[in-house]
Amino acid sequence: MSQHEPHLLLQPAPMLRQGMNTPRAMLDVWLALLPATLAGIWFFGLGALLVLLASMAGALATEWAFTPASRRRAAIGDNSALLTGLLLGLTLPPGLPLWMAFLGAAVAIGIGKVIWGGLGHNLFNPALVGRAFLLGTFPIAMTTWAPSGGPFWEIPPSLLALPFQSPAYDALSSATPLGLMKFEQQGTALPELLLGNTGGCIGETSGALLLLGGLFLLLRRDFDWRIPAGIFLAAATFSALLSLTGDGYPGPLFTLLSGGMLLGALFMATDPVTSPLTPRGAWIFGLGTGFLVVLIRVFGGFPEGMMYAILLMNAATPLIDRYTQPRVFGRGGGRDRGEQTS
Amino acid sequence: MAREQSSYESFIKGLWRENPVFVQVLGMCPMLAVTNTALNSLVMGLATLFVLMGSSFLVASLKHLIPKQVRISLYIIIIATFVTIADYTILALLPAVHKELGAFIPLIVANCMILGRQEAFASRHGVRMAVVDAAGMSAGFMFALLALGGVRELLGNGSLFGVDLFGPGFEPWVIMILPPGGFITLGLLLLLFNWIAARKRAFLAEVAATEREML
Repeated sequence: MSQHEPHLLLQPAPMLRQGMNTPRAMLDVWLALLPATLAGIWFFGLGALLVLLASMAGALATEWAFTPASRRRAAIGDNSALLTGLLLGLTLPPGLPLWMAFLGAAVAIGIGKVIWGGLGHNLFNPALVGRAFLLGTFPIAMTTWAPSGGPFWEIPPSLLALPFQSPAYDALSSATPLGLMKFEQQGTALPELLLGNTGGCIGETSGALLLLGGLFLLLRRDFDWRIPAGIFLAAATFSALLSLTGDGYPGPLFTLLSGGMLLGALFMATDPVTSPLTPRGAWIFGLGTGFLVVLIRVFGGFPEGMMYAILLMNAATPLIDRYTQPRVFGRGGGRDRGEQTS
Repeated sequence: MAREQSSYESFIKGLWRENPVFVQVLGMCPMLAVTNTALNSLVMGLATLFVLMGSSFLVASLKHLIPKQVRISLYIIIIATFVTIADYTILALLPAVHKELGAFIPLIVANCMILGRQEAFASRHGVRMAVVDAAGMSAGFMFALLALGGVRELLGNGSLFGVDLFGPGFEPWVIMILPPGGFITLGLLLLLFNWIAARKRAFLAEVAATEREML
C-alpha cells in the first residue's frame, strides 16, 4: 500500500480498516478481465493485442499530458487510465486502425474524464465515451469485423492504416451474432457464444470467461451485485416477453450472452464512479439499463445497445442517487423532508 | 458609465475581451447549426455583420424617437428588415449556400447577440460608436464562426472552403459534420479561450505584484 501508515490512529468509529484503495480495486478489475482479454487475443490474433496496446497507450499518454507534473505519479499510478484504455480496447473491433484506437482512448480520458475534474468526478463511463465518439466518428471502421480464428500472426491490413488515412479492408469480414440476428434473423449456437469464437469486439465474445471474471469481482466484493443482477433480470424478462410474441425476437439466453451484454453489465455499468451509490438506486440503474439494451437492440437502428443504454443511465445516475437517499436515522417519518418513500 | 470608450477600444473588445461567443456565449443557435463548413460559417458571419451594423446604425439614429415601452418590438422590426434584405441577397448571389443555411438565415432575427447589442449599446450611444461597436461584435462573432467551421470542415471533410487538403486517402471524422461535433468543438474552443484568458490574468497579476515590490 502506498498510503502512509500512522503510528497512532485517532478517529471516530468505524475502526475497521480495509486494505482497499483505488489502485487495488483497479488491479482486481484487471485480473478479472485477464481471461477474457487473453481469449480475445487468442481468437483474433496478434492484431487484437496491438489494438489493446494502442488504446492503453493513448489513455496513458493523455492522462500524462493533461495532469500537472506534480500530480502525475499519483494520477497514473492509480491504474485507472490503464484500465480505461483496456476497457475501451476490449470494446473495439479487432481490425480497427491503431490510430483510431489511440484517438478513442485520448477522447475517453480527455473528454470522458479529465475535463470533469479527474477520476471520481466524471458523469459518464470514460471508456464508453471514447467508444461512442469512435462509433460516431468512424462508423464504417467501427462496424467492420475482422474474422476470428485466422492464423495468429496475421495482422489485418486495416490495422496498420497511417494516421488520418482510410483503412483498406480485407475482403474477408465477418458478422457479429447480433448483426446476424438483426439483419438476417439468424441465431448463433449457445456453445459458440459461451466460448467466444464468433465475430465481435475483442473482449466481448467469450461469455464464459467474462462470467468467470464477474464471479471473481463478486467474491472480492468489488462491485455492487445489484447492478448486473438488475440488468440481467430486466433484459431477460423483456426479451422473454418479446420472444413469446413469436415474431422471431431473440430469446433471453441469446440476449444475455451476445454482444457487449456481459462485458458491459459486469465491467462497465458497475463502474463505482458513474453508477448510483444506494442499493435501491443500483436496482433502478440495473433494471433501466437492461430494459434499454433490449429496447435499442430490438427496436433501434443499431444491432447493439449496451453502450448507449449504459451512457443513458449514467446520465440519470445523479437523479437516481438523489431520489433514493436513505432516511436519516432519527429524523422521523420521512414525509416531513419531502422524500418519496416507497 | 465611467468614461466614454475610444472607438478603437469599443471595436477591439468585441473581438476578444467581450467576444459574443467565447465570453458572452450568445448566438449559440447559428453557432452550432451552420458551422459544418467554413463557407457556411463565412456567409452566416457576413450576413450577421450586415444585419448588426445596419440595425445598430438605425437604432442609434432613431433612439430618441423610439418610445421606451415598445422598444423591443421596434428593435425586432428593424432587425427583421435587415435580415430580409440579407436573406434575399444571399438567395440571389449564392443559391446553393442559401439552400444549405435554410431556415437559419431568417433565424438571425432571433440571434440574441443582435438584440442584446441594440438594448445594451446602440440605444445608449451615438451613431458612430454604435456602428463601431457593431462592427467589433460581428467581427468577433465571425471569428468564432470561422474557428468552429474551420475545425469542423477540416476534420469532417478534410478540406477548407471546399479545397481538399489531405488527399483522397483521408478518413473523414463523420461526427464533426453532425450536431455532436458542433457541441464538442465549441466546448473545446471555449476551454481553449478560457485557458488563454486565465493565463493572461495570472500573468498580469504577477506583473502587478512585481511592480509593487519594485516600488
